[in-house]
Amino acid sequence: MPDESWVGRSLDPSDPYQVSRVKIREFATAIGEDSRICHEVDAARAAGHPDVVAPPTFAATITMPLIEAFLREPAFGWDYSRMVHGDQSITLHRPIRAGDELVTVIHVDDLSTRAGSHMLTLRCELTDADGADVASTKAMLVTQAAP
Amino acid sequence: MSPVTDFSAVAEGDELPPLTLRVTRADLVRYAGASGDFNPIHWNDRTADAVGLPGVIAHGMLTMALAGRFVTGWVGDPAAVRSYGVRFTRPVVVPDDDEGATLELSGKVKALTEADGVRIARIDIVAKFDGRTVLGRAAAEIALPG
Repeated sequence: MPDESWVGRSLDPSDPYQVSRVKIREFATAIGEDSRICHEVDAARAAGHPDVVAPPTFAATITMPLIEAFLREPAFGWDYSRMVHGDQSITLHRPIRAGDELVTVIHVDDLSTRAGSHMLTLRCELTDADGADVASTKAMLVTQAAP
Repeated sequence: MSPVTDFSAVAEGDELPPLTLRVTRADLVRYAGASGDFNPIHWNDRTADAVGLPGVIAHGMLTMALAGRFVTGWVGDPAAVRSYGVRFTRPVVVPDDDEGATLELSGKVKALTEADGVRIARIDIVAKFDGRTVLGRAAAEIALPG
């Protein structure tokens, strides 16, 4: 049974995630994104970006391991093995790009239980080294009732 | 898919050129590595079976990323996305063969707005696997060029 006292709370800021060209290229390749601004620094700069640009859903690859670490904490009482991803949204204040050092703060926005299934909404706010907002992601996660 | 070059003519109701993609087990393995999501339901038949799934399923985030690429491919700019959201309504089952799963993507310009001199298009996306939608309320807001 997840601990509902977490709702409205936020976790300590993460260690900075260093966004690398290699990881952006690897991610772009994995989703078949062949835009040159994701792969080539020169192309990205010609398009007005300081470095190669990450595809929009890259933000979730930064936040999901942090979410997993939180949900695997026994204190929270979440059954990670029965979890499914209900929905996901991403707001980008600017594109994520190589060279970024992004700090994530996880906010526990909502937790509800229906027919034995728990629905948890986690919001992640990503800021850069200057403290400027870069991205906001929201994931609704569900643990299904045991059959 | 070649990007549209003249976006001034884009109007509400316009349909994006549809895109059909194959998703194979190799794609799932590649995405697992790139995303860091190594949940075995995305590569291990025994695990998928044990948790009651019809088979190994694609990462929801991979389906979301592919549908996002469909939209950014149309606009010709992966940096144009302002916001993007989906609900995961049905799993995409990926068989262990050379064909994989077929994902059919289509989309429509639902609304056009303007903010700070930039035209923003809201694109509603339909993603189908086996003829049934796998993403609900899938929509992206993108800045149109020029």
